[in-house]
Amino acid sequence: MNIAALLNSIEMGMIFAVMALGVYITFRVLNFPDLTVDGSFVTGAAVTAVLLVNGVSPIMSSLVSLIAGFIAGLCTGILHTKGKINPLLSGILMMIALYSINLRIMGTTLDGDVSRPNIPLLNTDTLITQFDAFVANVGLGTYGLLICLALITLFFKIFTDYFLKTEIGLALRATGDNQQMIRSFSANTDGMIILGVAISNAFVAFSGSLLAQYHEFADVNMGTGMIVVGLASIIIGETLFGKKTIFRTTLAVVFGAILYRIIISLALSSGILDASDQKLITAVLVILALVVPHMTERYKVQKRNKLRQKEWMEEKLAKKGEKTIA
Amino acid sequence: MLEINNVYKVFNEGTPDEKIALNHINLKLEKGEFLTIIGSNGAGKSTLMNLISGVLQPEIGTVMINGRDVTKMPEHKRARFIGRVFQDPMSGTAPSLTIEENLALAFSRNKKRGFRLGITRKRRELFKEALAFLNLGLENRLQAKVGLLSGGERQALSLLMATFTNPDILLLDEHTAALDPARAELVTELTGEIVAKTGLTTIMVTHNMQQAIDLGNRLIMMDHGEIILDINKEDKKKLTVDQLLNEFHRIRGKQMVSDRELLSSIAAAK
Repeated sequence: MNIAALLNSIEMGMIFAVMALGVYITFRVLNFPDLTVDGSFVTGAAVTAVLLVNGVSPIMSSLVSLIAGFIAGLCTGILHTKGKINPLLSGILMMIALYSINLRIMGTTLDGDVSRPNIPLLNTDTLITQFDAFVANVGLGTYGLLICLALITLFFKIFTDYFLKTEIGLALRATGDNQQMIRSFSANTDGMIILGVAISNAFVAFSGSLLAQYHEFADVNMGTGMIVVGLASIIIGETLFGKKTIFRTTLAVVFGAILYRIIISLALSSGILDASDQKLITAVLVILALVVPHMTERYKVQKRNKLRQKEWMEEKLAKKGEKTIA
Repeated sequence: MLEINNVYKVFNEGTPDEKIALNHINLKLEKGEFLTIIGSNGAGKSTLMNLISGVLQPEIGTVMINGRDVTKMPEHKRARFIGRVFQDPMSGTAPSLTIEENLALAFSRNKKRGFRLGITRKRRELFKEALAFLNLGLENRLQAKVGLLSGGERQALSLLMATFTNPDILLLDEHTAALDPARAELVTELTGEIVAKTGLTTIMVTHNMQQAIDLGNRLIMMDHGEIILDINKEDKKKLTVDQLLNEFHRIRGKQMVSDRELLSSIAAAK
């Protein structure tokens, strides 16, 4: 893999990190396995693409994706809390509903038809082209875009850190931890879940919006398997970089997302694996990240206990020796 | 302060498992009263607590707090003026949050939660001071996750958190039942001290008759969804466990052989 390809995967990793932070809020903080992600990721991309094609400014188009994702999350949260639908099912229902909605959203750019599976953004001014132009002006060169994306990701990371420490954020975390307890401290757990899922999907949609602008292409299938990518990033990150504090965990999630992209492109550039193997690689990665820490921990404990046994035996022998001498 | 009027609650209505949990209960509590409730399993004690806190809604009847009808008010809204400690030490705290974060949650119970930081330097001082009262050294472990604390420590912390914002009513649902005797003793003592210090209107459910007699200034006994005995302050001072049991026999005319055996075996062990 050359430098350009590496740079490319880090840039994409930065974009995916925003999505992974969103998944972190539902999956880890709220303990809510939210599958809306596969749909809301595309919703963000679709909304931004439509607005860009209609000549709305790139910044505005990108920010609206946040709102679109937030609304998608609201729906999932309401389905679960007010409709009493199981969390997984609420997410799946929203995900398939969004598939049609996304086609419709992109369809608004057509005159004759109502649904459209993709929108190319090749000759459109996007956030990414604006960054590129800005970077060229300042003279930052090849790493300029990466720095811009890193700043965006950093913003989302810091926002998450801060939010989870506010009074509402604490109540949100307690909702994922012990609902009975936090209700007895006057927090509306239903409201907390709805808010958390909504914020999470706003992140996800924004990430989708960025990716569409990065690839200069929005496609109705670009969100497929996104939830697993998010989980992979979280699990890889937590395993390698630790999860002692929130600050550390969100940092780990960001690094996990970047590392995930690097591993994928390394695996694909080896020549043995094909692009169609990407999902398999992801699955293997997640399995490794889940299983290996267990194995090493068990190995460590066994080794420690063996050593303890040996020391004990030696001590015993030494005492025996003393006695016989005496 | 608290008024329960003609409350009726039935579970599994219309099935063979139908059970009348509360049979037209009336109860009135004045400000500053400390009521202990005893009664055998299934007497309706916990149901009564859950109706007051809003976990359950009565079939008929009303619950009034401070002259306000709260019968239909959802649990989390009522929680603004009701503090609770549960039987299970795991229930009253959030394990993956730190001690100070748990206290911050308790601190904002009666306020509107916003986007301010939950923990500020000023609040931290307040938390430290409050924790020092427990005498468990928790004030030096503010950043420790609550999941790492022992059951007794967690229950003491729960008690502190439940009383932190001086709620109108404090509900203690067998809050020492899951602890070993020494820790139970400690939490019982803390309960007495905190209630004495704050003058909170308190209801405590317990299976331990001695505890029911030692703590509080009023005692009721429940059986089969009814209040069968109500002992006021003056009479309660002279009350003994034996008297309580005799009263129960007199009212219900039942043999409580097993309870008597249990008690005598405890007495023999002492």
